[in-house]
Amino acid sequence: MGPMLFLVVVVVLLLWVVGAYNGLIALKNQTVNAWKQIDVQLKRRHDLIPNLVNTVKGSMEFEKDTLQAVIDARSKAMASGSGGGVKETAAAEGMLSGALGKLFVVMERYPDLKSSQNVRDLQEELSSTENKIAFARQLYNDVATGYNTKQQQFPTNLVAGLAKAEIAELWEIEDKAERAVPAVDLSLKKPQG
Amino acid sequence: MTAGPNLFEQQAKNRRLTVAWLALFILFFAWLGFGGDLALYLAAASRTEGQVAYRFPWIGIVVTTIAAITAWVSWRKGPQQVLWSTGARELTAPQTFEEKQLVNVVEEMAVAAGLPKPKVYVIDDPDPNAFATGRDASTACIAVTSGLLAVVNREELQAVVAHEMGHVRNLDVRLMTLIASLVGVIVVLSNGMGRMLRGGGWLRGGKGKASGPLALAALVVFVLWVITLILAPFISRIMAMAVSRDREYLADATGAELTRNPGALASALEKIETHEAPTTHIKEGAAHLCIADPLGRDVNLKEGRLADLLATHPPMAMRITRLKGMAFQQLKAAGQLPAT
Repeated sequence: MGPMLFLVVVVVLLLWVVGAYNGLIALKNQTVNAWKQIDVQLKRRHDLIPNLVNTVKGSMEFEKDTLQAVIDARSKAMASGSGGGVKETAAAEGMLSGALGKLFVVMERYPDLKSSQNVRDLQEELSSTENKIAFARQLYNDVATGYNTKQQQFPTNLVAGLAKAEIAELWEIEDKAERAVPAVDLSLKKPQG
Repeated sequence: MTAGPNLFEQQAKNRRLTVAWLALFILFFAWLGFGGDLALYLAAASRTEGQVAYRFPWIGIVVTTIAAITAWVSWRKGPQQVLWSTGARELTAPQTFEEKQLVNVVEEMAVAAGLPKPKVYVIDDPDPNAFATGRDASTACIAVTSGLLAVVNREELQAVVAHEMGHVRNLDVRLMTLIASLVGVIVVLSNGMGRMLRGGGWLRGGKGKASGPLALAALVVFVLWVITLILAPFISRIMAMAVSRDREYLADATGAELTRNPGALASALEKIETHEAPTTHIKEGAAHLCIADPLGRDVNLKEGRLADLLATHPPMAMRITRLKGMAFQQLKAAGQLPAT
């Protein structure tokens, strides 16, 4: 009876280790995948910006600085996007969000821009992309939080080393200004700031 | 951060419910088929001594075959049939600004839920409404009426789509498609068998007087069988309604979790509520799928015993109150309560 009991305990323990290990690996991959989803949306935003700049350039002769800020922020964000960590990407993209937000506010002052169907479509595309970035970030933070919690909780933390689990960095919004503009949807609201 | 009920609990609950419904229906079909055979067998046994003429359970086999085929076909074709019956058209190449916005909003919610983008449909109907259907996330379809696009703003549209995305993510769409196909089979079968009963003297026949305990047993089984046949469509519909009502609150909560903006769904529901004209394009078959009852039945506005039994949707006022409660909690947590 003794050896049998021992065997049963060992088998149960082994099964648990396998389950916990696989659970952590699954969560890790989900986190990586969620991060990839943000990347997809960021790339889309970077692709859309030249379009927008070209469309509004003619009508906004006097707002060169605002446009330049968007262009600069975009190239910075693209540079940090390739191989940068969560923090760097978050900071660069935060700058870009801020610059875009300012551009949208300025655009409100140009009635002929606002009434142009082309600009309206572009603005909708960009607002939607901004929203998708925000939602992808929300999903990433949720998934990463789940992953972090799991690897810290007892008893899963015992196999965290085995699964090479590391705390995933969350995408925090550092910029106070960005916090104030959660979704760029100025076509429906009064300009803020 | 995550508000509302746990995702995996909801999915697990829906999986359990799906299995329970399937088991119940299999039992029911078995009774519908082989119960009839049992009655015939007992009747035959009571008439003839020794040799029993009725041996082959043909009712059971026919019923099971028909039920299995019909259920399978409507499970595979159900979502398309529902969309077809409402006259929905798929938005493959959006033309107007509103349509482009709708596609964008659906994409946003798919990103938020971490799911593939469902197919988007528009129903040309002035009454604001929306529904989701499909078998799982990869076959999911979201349909909204043109009336909804005209009435709500972008935030509210997002909230409505998030509610439908909640149905997709929680696997409500699968459960509802399954239930719809099974209820359909029951209705068809009990109608058909009722007609057979009325039309035929196939139960009588055989010679000799029926008597003794076997004849009594045959009668009892037969009466029970007929009663189930008559009640089955009603009972199965009532059960389907109960499931759908339950799912609406959960989809509201999941939608709020996706957008983190319960207030927008509350105001969208208020707008849908004030345009209460029946959605003429959506027939009874798809009513239980919609965000608001398309038939505008009074029973959906009340709470209470009868309403609980017959309504496909919880009362709108209750849903709005719950969502506003969530919005209040959110503001409180963020320390942004208005000073009043």
